[in-house]
Amino acid sequence: MLSYQSIQELIEAAVEQDQCISDVVLADQAAALEQDPENLIQTMLQRLEVMRQAVEKGLADAGPSPSGLSGGAASSLRQALDKQQSVLDPVLVQVMAKALAVAEVNAKMGRIVAAPTAGSCGIIPGIVLTVGELQSISDRQIALSLFTASGFGLVIANRASLSGAEGGCQAECGSAAGMAAAAAVELMGGTPEQSAHACAIALKNCLGLVCDPVAGLVEVPCIKRNAGQAASALAAAEMALAGITSAIPVDEVIEAMKDVGNQMSVTLKETAAGGLAMTPTGQAVDARLTEDAASHLD
Amino acid sequence: MNCFDIMGPVMVGPSSSHTAGAVRIGRVARALAGQQPVRAVIRLHGSFAKTYRGHGTDRAILAGLLGFNPDDERIRISPRLCREAGLDYTLQQVTLPGAHPNTAIIELACSDGRQTIVQGASTGGGRILIESINGLDVSFRGEYHTLVISHRDAPGVISRVTRQLAERHINIATMKVFRSFRGGTAVMIIETDEQIDPAVCDNIKHLTGVSQAIWIEPVMF
Repeated sequence: MLSYQSIQELIEAAVEQDQCISDVVLADQAAALEQDPENLIQTMLQRLEVMRQAVEKGLADAGPSPSGLSGGAASSLRQALDKQQSVLDPVLVQVMAKALAVAEVNAKMGRIVAAPTAGSCGIIPGIVLTVGELQSISDRQIALSLFTASGFGLVIANRASLSGAEGGCQAECGSAAGMAAAAAVELMGGTPEQSAHACAIALKNCLGLVCDPVAGLVEVPCIKRNAGQAASALAAAEMALAGITSAIPVDEVIEAMKDVGNQMSVTLKETAAGGLAMTPTGQAVDARLTEDAASHLD
Repeated sequence: MNCFDIMGPVMVGPSSSHTAGAVRIGRVARALAGQQPVRAVIRLHGSFAKTYRGHGTDRAILAGLLGFNPDDERIRISPRLCREAGLDYTLQQVTLPGAHPNTAIIELACSDGRQTIVQGASTGGGRILIESINGLDVSFRGEYHTLVISHRDAPGVISRVTRQLAERHINIATMKVFRSFRGGTAVMIIETDEQIDPAVCDNIKHLTGVSQAIWIEPVMF
């Protein structure tokens, strides 16, 4: 049984058994849940399908969220892509468009997979579905890469936190980026060590990121942070696949993330009492929505 | 915690606490009412009262009252579905000193005139805590099969109830008893590992000293 107390444990198990991290995590979870590994793969395939449906829905629906604060970003990016107006490589634009799509579906009360949370639900689908399409990888292989992402997520949950209220956005969108980067490396045929470096690089690039949602809603800045962190995850995977390593080992980066989260003011941890939430515009939005809420009560 | 807690749950957004948790509080309230209510008064406190429109907390609670799960896409249109199902509802703001910021009080009336009042809090990540039933303080999370038994505070009632479970090899995971005052009304909350047969629930209902027994299925993912 794996303890999920360090990424090093996952790497050692994978290297020792000459397997991918996904194989190691799948076998371990099947044993822990007392289920056939095939059942777990089927469940993960179903979750992948929910992710794909959310992407399609989000790209097609340009309408506003119930609060009126967000909506239409995924559709705009897709149109720019169709018109070939991108500055970036189309692959990166696709990653961002998918991440925006899922995050917008979440804001509009659509069905998503919390990956690892609802607020960060766009990053992992954006990465694995785009890389999967690019490399013509089977859904089964993509589902397997989600076990790698889950294994990394379990370690981060155990050693630090996946919650914005506990660790700020670095713990939500940052963790999702680290998990997505690790999965992307595996999908691209990288080694377990490269997955670990990719996770470390993605996490390092967002240390200190605060959770400051305007009016307390999972929209501003959350939706665009999904796109930004998805891009960062792909950049981290690219660096790791090129052989670039993280000078600080991933387990120590996770510890640092926890430490930064502990030092972060409570006003910057999902309380909507600091950062963007307290800007004049943020406060005006909050006042408008509070008034609107009161006017709809009996 | 396992891989599907990390890569999941599948839920309707936007918030595990303000949407998914709210559905679950509604589901428990419906289960405690024992049938589809015809009238609901929903009182929202704290962050629930302030952000319910953007988070769809009101629609989530109504969906729970209709018996939906947190991943049901009909949550978004639950107000209309409530009207179609003959469930009339009112939404109010309430200030509850010392209560968890995500607290709702749900007052339900059924067609037979029976009333049920439930107070619950959404405590993060979609987890809930039911804190009061019909004015009696209780405490359970809906993670297990749960038996909620209203009874008279008298010697022997608890043993009569647990004997019913023992005879059917149902293992009690946790058990708590709450009473208003000595000899007054009381509530027993029993969480079990096994599913509870409706017949067992019915037998318990007819035991001396017991006035009501309700079985609630787990509402966690």
